[in-house]
Amino acid sequence: MSSLAIDVAGINKRFGDKHVVRDLTLQVRQGEIYGFLGPNGSGKTTSIRMLCGLLRPDSGRGTCLGLDVLRESAAIKRQVGYMTQKFSLWDDLTIAENLDFVARMFGMRGRREAVNQALDELGLSGRRQQLAGTLSGGWKQRLALAACLLHQPRLLLLDEPTAGVDPKARRDFWEEIHRLSAAGITILVSTHYMDEAERCHRLAYIAYGSLLATGTASEVVAGCRLHTWEISGEDIHHLAERLRGMPGADQVATFGATLHVSGQDRTRLQDSLRTLAEDTGVGVVAVTPSLEDAFIHLMRQAEDPLAA
Amino acid sequence: MEAFSLSRWIGILRKEFIQLKRDRLTFGMIVGIPIIQLMLFGFAINSDPKHLPTAVVMADPGPYARAYVAAMANSDYFRIVGQVDEKQADELLDRSQVQFVVTFAPGFHRDLLRGRSPTLLVEADATDPMATGGAISVLRSLGVEVFAADLPGLQRRPTPPVDLRIHRRYNPEGITAYNVVPGLLGVILTMTMVLMTGLAMTRERERGTFENLLATPATPLEVMTGKIVPYILIGLLQVTLVLLAARWLFDVPMHGSLPLLYAVVLLFICANLTLGITFSSIAQNQLQAMQMTFFFFLPSMLLSGFMFPFRGMPEWAQVVGNILPLTHFLLLVRGILLKGNGIGMLWDQVWPILAFMLVVLGVGLKTFRRTLD
Repeated sequence: MSSLAIDVAGINKRFGDKHVVRDLTLQVRQGEIYGFLGPNGSGKTTSIRMLCGLLRPDSGRGTCLGLDVLRESAAIKRQVGYMTQKFSLWDDLTIAENLDFVARMFGMRGRREAVNQALDELGLSGRRQQLAGTLSGGWKQRLALAACLLHQPRLLLLDEPTAGVDPKARRDFWEEIHRLSAAGITILVSTHYMDEAERCHRLAYIAYGSLLATGTASEVVAGCRLHTWEISGEDIHHLAERLRGMPGADQVATFGATLHVSGQDRTRLQDSLRTLAEDTGVGVVAVTPSLEDAFIHLMRQAEDPLAA
Repeated sequence: MEAFSLSRWIGILRKEFIQLKRDRLTFGMIVGIPIIQLMLFGFAINSDPKHLPTAVVMADPGPYARAYVAAMANSDYFRIVGQVDEKQADELLDRSQVQFVVTFAPGFHRDLLRGRSPTLLVEADATDPMATGGAISVLRSLGVEVFAADLPGLQRRPTPPVDLRIHRRYNPEGITAYNVVPGLLGVILTMTMVLMTGLAMTRERERGTFENLLATPATPLEVMTGKIVPYILIGLLQVTLVLLAARWLFDVPMHGSLPLLYAVVLLFICANLTLGITFSSIAQNQLQAMQMTFFFFLPSMLLSGFMFPFRGMPEWAQVVGNILPLTHFLLLVRGILLKGNGIGMLWDQVWPILAFMLVVLGVGLKTFRRTLD
C-alpha cells in the first residue's frame, strides 16, 4: 500500500463549462520516474496542480504520499517539490535570496546551511549575489530545481521542466533526475519530448482531459496493437500523400528521411504496401513501432470522437 | 529603403483597433475619462460655493435681526439651518456641520435704532479659505441695504449701521497652505497605497511567481498580510514626512493630538490598502491595476473637497463624494490639526470610512477566492 506515492481515482476538474480533467486515475510507485505526456491543453498542468494541492478537484478521491488530496493539501505541500512550467522564482531577487525565501516559506531549520549547500551543488556559490532574472534559460531551470529540492521533498512534480533548454542542459537535467530517483525520490514529469518519455520508468498519456494509456514505454506501444513498416525512397512527401489513401494505412508519419506507415489491420496494410513496392520500387521494411508511432495513434484516436 | 505600403499600414491600424477593442478596461478609460471629467468640471465643480450652512445665535431677537437673516438667505450664499446657543454653535463649527455662525449681540435692536453700530459677529470656518471667500464679500455689502428701507436716516450717518466683525476661525489669515498641506496627506496616501498594493499582487500573478508562492505551505492570510504590512509602514513614513514639512516649512498649526492623528491615518491607510488588494485581485495585469487606481483617484481628488469646496458641489456630486474615504479623511485631519478636535468628535467621519472598507473587503474576498481556484 505504502509503495504508491500517488494513488488517485476519478479526479475531475471543470473551469466554467470546460471539462479540463476527466476521471483521472493514476498510480505512481515510490521512487519511480513517471512520464506524463499529451498534447498542449490536454490537462497535464491542471492535473499536476491538483496533485500538489494548488487546485481543488471537483470530485474524486485518492492520496498523495499517503495524504488525502482533498483534505490534506497543506500537509502535501510540505513534502512535494513543484517546478512550474514557466520560471517562477523572483527575477528581482538574487540567487541566494530566492533560495533563502523558499527555505523560509517551508519553515526549514538549518536554513543557511541548506542554502549554502544548494549553492555549492549548483556551482553558483560565486554568483550568489547575481539577480536570478539575469540567468540563462538552462541556469534558471537548474536553480528552479534546486529551489524545489531545498526542503527535501519525497515527491517531485515537474511541469515541462526542459522546455526551451538546450540539448546539453537537457541531458544534464535528466541525469540529475535519475540520481534523485535512485535516492528514492518519486518524480512525476510532464514532457513533449520522445527521448525524455523513453527515459521514464512508466508513462501516462493524456489527451482532452482523459487518460488514454499507461504503463512502461513498451507496454504503451504494445497496447496500441500497431503494425509498422518503414519506407524509404525518393520523394517521400509524394509517397506519403499516396500512402494516406491506401486501405489499411491508418497513419503515415515522417521520421527523418523515411516514412513510418502503421495500421492495426496487418494483412490489409501488407497488401497495400506490396502493391506500392511493385509500382514504385521503394524499400519497405517491417519494424517495431516506436513510442512516437504509438502516441500519434493515441492522439488520432482521441481526436476521432470529436471529429465525428 | 522600402516604399510606404498602404495595405501594410492599414494592417497595423487594424491590429491596433482589434487589440484596443479586446482590452475592455483601456477602452472604458478612453471613453469614460473624458465623460467623467466633463461631468466633474462642467457640473460638479464650483469654486464659488453657495447655500453654505449657517447657524444663527440670536441674543437679541428683533425685526431687524430677522430682516438681516432673511437678507442673508436671499443672497443665496447662506442657508440658515437654525437658531442655536453659543456653545452649540462652537460645536457645529468644530464638527464642520456649519460653515458660518452669525451672532446678534444683546441690545442689537436698541443700539441699531440709536445709531450706535451694534456688533454683528460672523464666524467662518476658514479651514478652506476658498469656500468662504465669496460669501464673506457678499456679507460686507449687505449691511446698509437691509436697513435702508426701515431706517431712512441711515445713509447719512457717519458710522456704518452695524459693526460687522468677521472671524476666520481656525485660519485667521486665510492661508491656503493650512488647508492644502493636511489635505495632501490624504491625497498622497490614496495614490500610493492603492497603487502599490494593486501592483504588488498583480506583479506576482503577471510574472507567474504567485503560483510558486501558493505551492509553498504559505497560507493566503500570510501572503495577504505579509504583503500589506510593508506598505502600512511606508504610508506612516509618508505621513511623517508631510507632517514634518507642514510643521517646519509651512507653519501649519497642530492643535490636536498627534497619536489621535496617527490612529486616523492608520484607519485611512487600511481602507486604501483594502481597495488596492481588491483591485489587484480583479485586475489581470499591472496595467489594469494602474488604470483602476487612476479611475478611483480622479474623483477622489476632485470630489472630496481637496481641490474644490465640497459644499460648492451639487447634491449628486456630494453623494458620490461622501462615499469616498478621502472626503471624510480630509475633515478628520483638518479637524484634528486645525480645530483641535478630540476623539469624541470623530465618529461622524470614521464610520463612513469603516463602512467603505468593509464593503470593499467583502468584494475583495469574494474575487480573491475565485482567482485562487
